[in-house]
Amino acid sequence: MKPKVAFFDFACCEGCQLQVANFGEELLDILEVVDVVNFREVMSENGEDYDIAIIEGSITNQHAVERIKKIREKAKIVIAYGACACTGGINAMKNNFEMPEIMHYVYKDDAKYFDTIPTKAVDQVVKVDYYVHGCPVYPKEFVDVLKCVLQGVEYKVPEKSVCTECKLNENECMFDKGLTCMGPITKAGCNSWCINNGNICFGCRGFVENPAKNAAIEVLKDHGLNPELIIKKINMYNTVLDEKLKKKGEE
Amino acid sequence: MPKTVYVNVEYLTRVEGHGNIVVNVTDGNIEKCNLEIVEAPRLFEGMLRGRSIFEAQHITSRICGICSCGHTLASLQAAEDAIGFKQSAQTEKLRKLLLYQEILDSHILHIYLLAAPDLLGVKSFVPLINSHNDVVRRALRMKKECNNMCEIIAGRHVHPISTTVGGFTKLPKESELDRMRQIMERMQEDMEATVELLTTLTFPSFERDTEYVALVNDENEYPFLEGDVGSTDGVRFDKHEYKNYINEFVVPHSTAKHTKLSRDSYMVGALARYNLNHEKLNSEAKKAALKLKLEPGTKNPYLNTVAQAVESVYCIEESIKIIDELKETGVKHDEKITVGLNENKNIPVKAGRGIGAVEVPRGILFHDYEIDAEGRIINANCMIPTNQNLNNIERDMRTLVPEILEKTEEEITLFLEMLVRAYDPCISCSTHFLNVKFVK
Repeated sequence: MKPKVAFFDFACCEGCQLQVANFGEELLDILEVVDVVNFREVMSENGEDYDIAIIEGSITNQHAVERIKKIREKAKIVIAYGACACTGGINAMKNNFEMPEIMHYVYKDDAKYFDTIPTKAVDQVVKVDYYVHGCPVYPKEFVDVLKCVLQGVEYKVPEKSVCTECKLNENECMFDKGLTCMGPITKAGCNSWCINNGNICFGCRGFVENPAKNAAIEVLKDHGLNPELIIKKINMYNTVLDEKLKKKGEE
Repeated sequence: MPKTVYVNVEYLTRVEGHGNIVVNVTDGNIEKCNLEIVEAPRLFEGMLRGRSIFEAQHITSRICGICSCGHTLASLQAAEDAIGFKQSAQTEKLRKLLLYQEILDSHILHIYLLAAPDLLGVKSFVPLINSHNDVVRRALRMKKECNNMCEIIAGRHVHPISTTVGGFTKLPKESELDRMRQIMERMQEDMEATVELLTTLTFPSFERDTEYVALVNDENEYPFLEGDVGSTDGVRFDKHEYKNYINEFVVPHSTAKHTKLSRDSYMVGALARYNLNHEKLNSEAKKAALKLKLEPGTKNPYLNTVAQAVESVYCIEESIKIIDELKETGVKHDEKITVGLNENKNIPVKAGRGIGAVEVPRGILFHDYEIDAEGRIINANCMIPTNQNLNNIERDMRTLVPEILEKTEEEITLFLEMLVRAYDPCISCSTHFLNVKFVK
């Protein structure tokens, strides 16, 4: 029996699901080993019996909290798929604002009709078994994780920074070009995708386990770079992780 | 005989984002006929405040995975408009090429994976793997090839990397231009087969007169990236005036904000562009339109999918033209830039307001930023194609339901689902804007 896989999306852009459709004909090979029973973006089949739940998006309202709990009860394995699910992703930028203020800015007097809570990563609500980081996910890593899931072994996210991969790719360091880059404090595993293409790392995969965040800010200040922009750059993808770190520090 | 019908489609499938179709007909009277949007609010405009315009495209591309290149291009246009930066001719070509590929990619996804299953009587492409294996393979191959193109131009399709304010952080090599041309040549064959396939499918016949809105200009090119805003009712205005012409309004019986221009509602997207600019299509696209019997002035929204096929042909041919032009002049690699957050102040910044208006797969997309002297966003507004279409979709639904009341509830549901899907709605995009109907 092929394991039954279901995709569920919460608050997100659905780009990570799209990465699956972007596999091309290789997708048919993946469909040889798993049975996709629920994938709303491209399928109307609506299977409620599944072994593996792949969760895209972050939890941003009470309805989502209840929904993810039900999915967790049914699924044997839960995979947090993409930055929004793993770390809250870009959705967590809103946590840096007062919730009523930002709601009013966007929805004016109609804000009261919306159920909204500060953005949470999936693992802040239910237990997560596997993580596929990134915004969007790196397709190769997704296949690696899927292989581990199917074999019932652990997948370890590399515990090193993007810089380690960037060096192997022989990219010129962004700091040497006078730019700030999130590479030194961001989890590896994307093969330094953005720097290979001439841009900086925005930190979408989240902090490494023990980021030297304060030291990083100091170094950047030494280079005469605007600390406000730097902090903003850090919390683009790491607001929830930052909240978790602070909590850990207090304990 | 008066009929009672209840349709309640929770989480409509094969669309981007979460929406419900709710129709209540009691004794032949339509009591409710709504497309409810249930996507969680994501508050992008609020989150953009205080952010540098040099990271705005990175953030706003995350509004939508399917049209992330479109959001990127609208964002860059708004940012560059605000600081008075003029893109180079080469940058314009590459941006256009990227947009053509995204339109192609999105249209292929919609035609094959989202719309075709209904026309072939199945629930998704999965059963088609056995019954129409060559068709599924072609669809996935075409999608993959679009991705390969975007990878060369911008690093990847979902959330492009190398597109920044000022230009590109990487540029295609000679060998990559050759590879892109080969891909597009192969795509021509697959596209021909796609048009062929569409001639064998029958779309529901339904018509409703409405206003069509898209970019228009005086150039001899079907406009996607530059132009004024025009409508089939004869309105034309500069993109900077969009707020003065496009009304967002609250319907008395609900709190939903809708948009309108000259009349009750308007449609944006492939069919709107076709109806406004069909004369400017290239000859191959015109041939495809003829073959698919897509008449200018078409009022059947189901044929939006057919207009997407015509545009796909257009995009392939125009992409080849751009690649050939780049091959002929050679890519100027000294235009490659490294910008980051403009820490080196290579790009002069000033306070101001900028508007981006770009035709993305689902229609005209506006990004509007007001920035301070440091290039930080003070106010942001994005007006999304799907948001502009929702009002039109609901009005279509209200006209359609009485016409098909004699059908079974199952058939009515399918017709309504197909109607909403024909617009290829992108609900994640539309919901940072208030567009939720509350049943009271």
